[in-house]
Amino acid sequence: MKLELRGITKTFGPLVANDHIDLVVEPGEIHALLGENGAGKSTLMNVLYGLYDPDGGQILLEDRPVTFDGPGDAVRAGIGMVHQHFMLVPVFTVAESVALGYEPAGPGGILDLQAARRKVEEISERFGFHVDPDALIEELPVGVQQRVEIIKALSRDAKVLILDEPTAVLTPQETDELIKIMGELQDAGTSIVFITHKLREVRAIADRITVIRRGKVVGEASPESTETELASLMVGRSVSLAVDKTPAEVHDNSLVVSDLTVLNGSTPVVDHVSFTVQGGEILAIAGVQGNGQTELAEVILGIDEAAAGSITLDGKELLGLTVRQRLRAGIGFVPEDRSTDGVVSSFSIAENLVLDLYDTEPFAKGVSMYPARVAENAEVRTQEFDVRLTDIQDPISTLSGGNAQKVVLAREMSRPLRLLVASQPTRGLDVGSIEFVHKRIVAERDHGTPVLIVSTELDEVLALADRVAVMYRGRIIGIVDAREAGPAGINRDVLGLMMAGVPLEDAVQQAASHQSTLAGADALADGKDLT
Amino acid sequence: MSTPVIPVTAGTPGDELPGAAVLGKISYRIPITYAVLALAALLGLVGTMIGREGVWSQETEFQSRYGDQWFTIPNFSVPSMLTVIVLTVVLIAAAVYGYLLTRDRRTAPLWLHIVVGLAFVLAFLTWAGAGKTSVIPVTSLLAGALALSVPLIFGAMSGVICERSGIINIAIEGQLLFGAFAAAVVASLLTAPYLGLIAAPIAGGLVGALLAWFAVSYQVNQIIIGVVLNTLVLGLTSFFFSTLLADNASTWNARQPLGVIEIPLLSQIPILGPVLFRQTILVYLMYVTVIVLQIMLFRSRWGLRTRAVGEHPKAADTVGIHVNKRRVWNTILGGAVAGLGGAFFTVGSGLAFGREMSAGNGFIALAAMILGKWNPTGALVAALLFGFSKNLGNVLGTIGSPMPSQLLAMLPYVITIFAVAGLVGRVRAPAAEGIPYTK
Repeated sequence: MKLELRGITKTFGPLVANDHIDLVVEPGEIHALLGENGAGKSTLMNVLYGLYDPDGGQILLEDRPVTFDGPGDAVRAGIGMVHQHFMLVPVFTVAESVALGYEPAGPGGILDLQAARRKVEEISERFGFHVDPDALIEELPVGVQQRVEIIKALSRDAKVLILDEPTAVLTPQETDELIKIMGELQDAGTSIVFITHKLREVRAIADRITVIRRGKVVGEASPESTETELASLMVGRSVSLAVDKTPAEVHDNSLVVSDLTVLNGSTPVVDHVSFTVQGGEILAIAGVQGNGQTELAEVILGIDEAAAGSITLDGKELLGLTVRQRLRAGIGFVPEDRSTDGVVSSFSIAENLVLDLYDTEPFAKGVSMYPARVAENAEVRTQEFDVRLTDIQDPISTLSGGNAQKVVLAREMSRPLRLLVASQPTRGLDVGSIEFVHKRIVAERDHGTPVLIVSTELDEVLALADRVAVMYRGRIIGIVDAREAGPAGINRDVLGLMMAGVPLEDAVQQAASHQSTLAGADALADGKDLT
Repeated sequence: MSTPVIPVTAGTPGDELPGAAVLGKISYRIPITYAVLALAALLGLVGTMIGREGVWSQETEFQSRYGDQWFTIPNFSVPSMLTVIVLTVVLIAAAVYGYLLTRDRRTAPLWLHIVVGLAFVLAFLTWAGAGKTSVIPVTSLLAGALALSVPLIFGAMSGVICERSGIINIAIEGQLLFGAFAAAVVASLLTAPYLGLIAAPIAGGLVGALLAWFAVSYQVNQIIIGVVLNTLVLGLTSFFFSTLLADNASTWNARQPLGVIEIPLLSQIPILGPVLFRQTILVYLMYVTVIVLQIMLFRSRWGLRTRAVGEHPKAADTVGIHVNKRRVWNTILGGAVAGLGGAFFTVGSGLAFGREMSAGNGFIALAAMILGKWNPTGALVAALLFGFSKNLGNVLGTIGSPMPSQLLAMLPYVITIFAVAGLVGRVRAPAAEGIPYTK
């Protein structure tokens, strides 16, 4: 089905999220919508899906103008959407989730669960999804949950399928499978709008690419464009994607984690994990979200409890100490969820900068605090960390994600550190802020501090890490030295396989014998660059 | 797009990595609960042996006759001390067995809970009735328990309907009270108790509609509106009671009892028959409500959508379900169910309306709903437990027990704390409960 958007405009108060956006998706086309976080991609798709009312513009299907009052209308018109955060009820079964809203039912509204089950099985079989209709959603891995979402859209005869950041939660191998599924859907005549900010993927998948920046279409590109070209189009200036860093100079001070186990109820979420991070190196914990990395980071700070094992920092045992004692021992901690764990959003920027030191000199003495000193500290810190703000007394919620993250870093790095732990340090940030955060982290490492990074973004892991530990189901599958990285040794494919639970040696073998779709696209594009 | 996909062979890291499995801490909640009950029985036993003269010859008499029946079990007596000793031994054995199970990381089966519960209650009754001239009226104990449970059950069902769709209904108390008031007034004015059963759900639904209006349209904190509505209904009904009902009781507030309908055959079952099947239509409606709600909630389109709206409203919205409309209708329906329950206080029990006659039942109903984990059948069991423990206190008060009446009045609440802390454990509320939905 042909889809056309003409001059779509959507504003939220003073913010113009979409500014006269035009977009044409031909039947059977995979059309990538590329843009940074906050560029307005998701807003545009929510308009198309009937979740938002546009302030101006037109939607045309098969050249006929349509209006949608709600998602129900959009679905009836043949539009299906897989949201970035899945729209699945965790306590429902697959069959119930697919049926919801369009339930086959008998007299008295009693559900015909058999019919719902058959529908799931039928679609699952047609595309080789291997989804059990009776499985509970909350017990399925995210990759499978995503397939349930696709089944949901297909069960309503979607002719245009919108995929909002579909690869954000997947391992590289799951991404490959998704790409294969998208190819099959395309062959069956479905048009696909693929929203992403990942440059490698669009080149491998898309037939055409539309780039959005600050709510406006800034250009179209072909999949043959290089990553650098796409990146500068997306950001609006030339960017360097690589992080400059010198080889690590290792010092003696270190974080030693041995045989650490953390339980959730009676299931181990961190399972006999051992590793060492030495001063002056960055160890990145790679892995798909939810494999125990969050708990590992939190148990080092002390907000999660360890069931067994030990964590020592410069020879001193941390387990048994309170969070405050650990902070005073020199741990800097950048939490995974900035808005809930990193800052107190109703507090001012200045107050957020002293959350850890508010009760110590020079900010306080006895029961009294010295607001002038807090403000003075804020001025210095925000300048040093290039935080763009209007007033240090404004609530921190007025800052953009990138600037709020800089405040968190400024606070955590304002103490003399003996260890820096950063979880997802650049999640949701724009390219400019990512560059800055990466530089500061590398600078801390060059100071001789042991740095532990937790990241689900393979690009970030490869850019920052001196060594990479891959976690899978709470265990460390293997630790590899990033200096050995190269086509023969450790590469993206090997790490990706390890993230799916394949031990190191097997992963190296498998990666050598099969090239992944993305790697294939890389090779293709690199070849073009040369000529 | 025909690039081969890497076949991922699933890793089995568990096999080659070192380290024995670290297991979580065992929770000894259940055996501790059992042990406390066993200890209580033992203390009572020892206390009796020391304190009372001639305990060994005392007997406890039980009665199961209740109204006319084709055949009845005659009253029977048991030797008090011996029975209590046997039951205490059963309790101790259950506690030990429960401990062994838990130590081996196995869960105690349902029948063990039932055995412990029955043994403790029987031991308590035997102890309380030892050497008394009055008998322990088993059947009327149960019948009274059911009567006290009826408004609780209706209230708990109301809670389930509202909260499963994401609206916290603290106003159950007010809905019960307004239902009781409307039923009494309408039945009295029209001298037709059955019309009271129509007025009561309308009154309750009205309170539900107010709750939904403020909660959905203005997104006021639902707990606060609930409390305010309770106060509003209490004020209104008390006002009308003192200005209108009290002075013209014969017109406005005359007793209009619903007739008892006896179900043939079923009401002849010994002990339970007359308790369950010699009741007013309101009680039969209660049975129907629980069964229908249990089926509809988990097996129907309405139930699936209701649960989706209460767990993940945005997901429901994306498949074209009108979240707020569903919540409003469910809250009105829930209010109506609680209102119907309120009718039990007046026409259902053959009483006139009295000030504040819901007497906190709405809050106990809420507790029953949570104790029953937001399931109709679970809430039913919990509400019956409350009703039973309350009536146990009443009955023991009348036959005279060795326990002071103030302690007996505490019984339902002590049992609640034990049941929640000891047996039920962690409960999971609907995820979107109490959170207003906006796009």
